[in-house]
Amino acid sequence: MKPKMMDKLGSFFAFFCALLSVLITIFILVFIFFKGIRTFTVDKISIFHFLFSANWNMENQNGQAGALAFLLGSISVSLLALLLSLPLSLGLSVFTAEISRKIGENFLQPVVEMFAGIPSVVYGWMGLSILVPIIRKSFGGTGFSLLAGGIVLGIMIFPTITSISVDTLKALPRDLREASLALGATRWQTIKHVLLPAALPGILTGVVLGLARAFGEALAVQMVIGNSVRIPDSLINPVHTLTSILTMEMGNTTWGTLWNDALWSIALLLLMISLFFIGLIRFFAKRRVFR
Amino acid sequence: MPKKKIATIIALCLVGALILSACSGREKQGEKQNVSGTIIAAGSTAMQPLVEEAANQFMAKNPGIQVQVQGGGSGTGLKLVSDGTVQIGNSDVPAEDKLDKEKAKELIPHKVCVVGFAVIVNPAVKVDNLTKDQLIGIFTGKITNWKEVGGDDLKIVVINRPAGSGTRATFTKYALDGREETQGMALTQDSSGTVKKAVADTPGAISYIALSYVDSSVKVVKLDGVEPSKENIVEGKYPVWSYEYMYTKGEAAGVVKTFIDYMLGDEVKPIIEKLGYIPIGDMKVTR
Repeated sequence: MKPKMMDKLGSFFAFFCALLSVLITIFILVFIFFKGIRTFTVDKISIFHFLFSANWNMENQNGQAGALAFLLGSISVSLLALLLSLPLSLGLSVFTAEISRKIGENFLQPVVEMFAGIPSVVYGWMGLSILVPIIRKSFGGTGFSLLAGGIVLGIMIFPTITSISVDTLKALPRDLREASLALGATRWQTIKHVLLPAALPGILTGVVLGLARAFGEALAVQMVIGNSVRIPDSLINPVHTLTSILTMEMGNTTWGTLWNDALWSIALLLLMISLFFIGLIRFFAKRRVFR
Repeated sequence: MPKKKIATIIALCLVGALILSACSGREKQGEKQNVSGTIIAAGSTAMQPLVEEAANQFMAKNPGIQVQVQGGGSGTGLKLVSDGTVQIGNSDVPAEDKLDKEKAKELIPHKVCVVGFAVIVNPAVKVDNLTKDQLIGIFTGKITNWKEVGGDDLKIVVINRPAGSGTRATFTKYALDGREETQGMALTQDSSGTVKKAVADTPGAISYIALSYVDSSVKVVKLDGVEPSKENIVEGKYPVWSYEYMYTKGEAAGVVKTFIDYMLGDEVKPIIEKLGYIPIGDMKVTR
C-alpha cells in the first residue's frame, strides 16, 4: 500500500472512532433523558415531589416516587468519604512530590496504584466482613451505616485524589520553589504558601473526580450502608443512595411501569449530577495556571 | 520503514477480523437451519442454579440445542419474555403481579417446582417459635425487642429484601398476610447470600431466605409451632412457599417445548431435590 493511501485510511479510521464515540454519548444521553422524564410526563408525578419528598413507596397502586432520601444519602456518603480521604491524599501527595520523591516514587506510588486496582466488590466484601462488625462494637447500632459507607468510599477515592495531586505538584515549575527558598522561606512555608495554592486548581480537579467516583460507586456502598429509605440523620444509621436503589430494584420491575420509570428518573438525576461534575472539572482545568 | 510495516499489519488484522466475523455470521445462520438453535431463559435468580444445572444436563443429551441461562430478576425475566427477547422468562411471582393484564394474558406459566421460605434469626437469639402475629409485629416495627416475644433483652434488627423481590413478595403475602414494613425501619440486603451473612453476623437480626439457602450459620424459627420442612410444606401445614414459574409467550413450541417438557419431567427431579426445592408432583396442596 502506498503511504498516501495509508494516510487516508488512517485518518478515516481515526475520524470514524471519534464520530462513533460522540454518537454513542449522544444516544445514551437522549435515551436516558426520554426514559427519565416519563415519570413526570406520563405518570404525572411532579418534579417537586420527586426531588423533595422522601416517600418512596412503589409497591402500592398509587406509587410515591420521592427520591430525596436517596439524593441526600448519596450526597452525605460522598462528602463523608471526601472528608476522610482528603487529608490523607494531600499529605501523601505533598510527601511524594516535595519531601521524598525517592520513597514516594519507588514505594508509595505503586501502593496507591494498587489501591486503585482493587475491584469495588472486594472493598464491599471487606467492609461487610471487617468494618461493619467493628463499627457495631465501637459505636453501636447495627454497623450497617453511613459511616461504613463513607469509610469504604474514602478508601476507594483516595488513590484518585492522590495521584492527580501528585501530578499537579510535580508539574509546578522549579522556579516557584527556588524563588520561594531564595526569599528565605522554609520548606513548610514554601509548601503551604506557594506550592499548594499554585496547585489548587489541579487538586480541586482531583477532588471533583473523587467525588464523582464516590457518587457513582454502587456495589461496595450498597453492601455496607444497610439500604434503609430514610433521611440521613446519624453516622451510625443506615441510609440508601441513588446507585444502591438502582441496583437493588431494577431487576424486579417491568418496563413501562411507574416503578421502572421512577428508577430511570433516578438514573437521569445521577447522569445530570455527573455532567455537573464534568463541567466543574473543565472549569477548574481552565483555571490552571501551570501545566 | 517500520511505521509502514506496522500500518500494514494493522490493516491486515482489520481485514482478517472482517473476514472472520463474516464467516462466523454465516456459520451461525447455517446452524440455525440445520438443527434447532438457541434458547435463552432469563429472570429469577432464585431459580437460576436449578435452571443452569438442568440446562447443562439437557445440553449433554441434546447436543444440537443450546440453552443459555441468565439472571436479572423475576421482573426482568417477565419483561424480556413478554417482549419476545428471550424464549423463557423465569419468575418466582405470577406474571399478573408484575405486568399489565393484557401482557400477562399472553404469557403461559409452567410450574417447575415449589420453594419454601424460612424465617431465620441470628444464632444467639433464644427464640425458637414465633406466632404469625408476633412476626407481623416484628416486621411492621411494633415489636422491637426480643424480650417482648420471650427472648433476651436485645434489640430486634429486621433485615429485608428489596421491594419488588420475589422472595419478599412471597414472604409478605403468606407470612405477614400482606402487611408491609414501616418505611425506613429495616435494613435491606440485595441477595440471599448477603442476607444470610448479615443475619449470621448481626446480633438480634431476623430475616427470611429460601430453604435451599439455609445452613448452620443461621437459626431457623418455627412459625406457629410448625417447622419449615419439606414434609410440612407438602402437607400444606407450613404456608410460606411459592411456585417457581417458567413463562413462555404463547404455547411453547419446538425446542422450547422440548426443554420445558424436560424441566417438568422426571430427569430433572433429582436436581430439584438436591438443590433444596420441592418437585411439583410431591405437593398434596395447590394454590
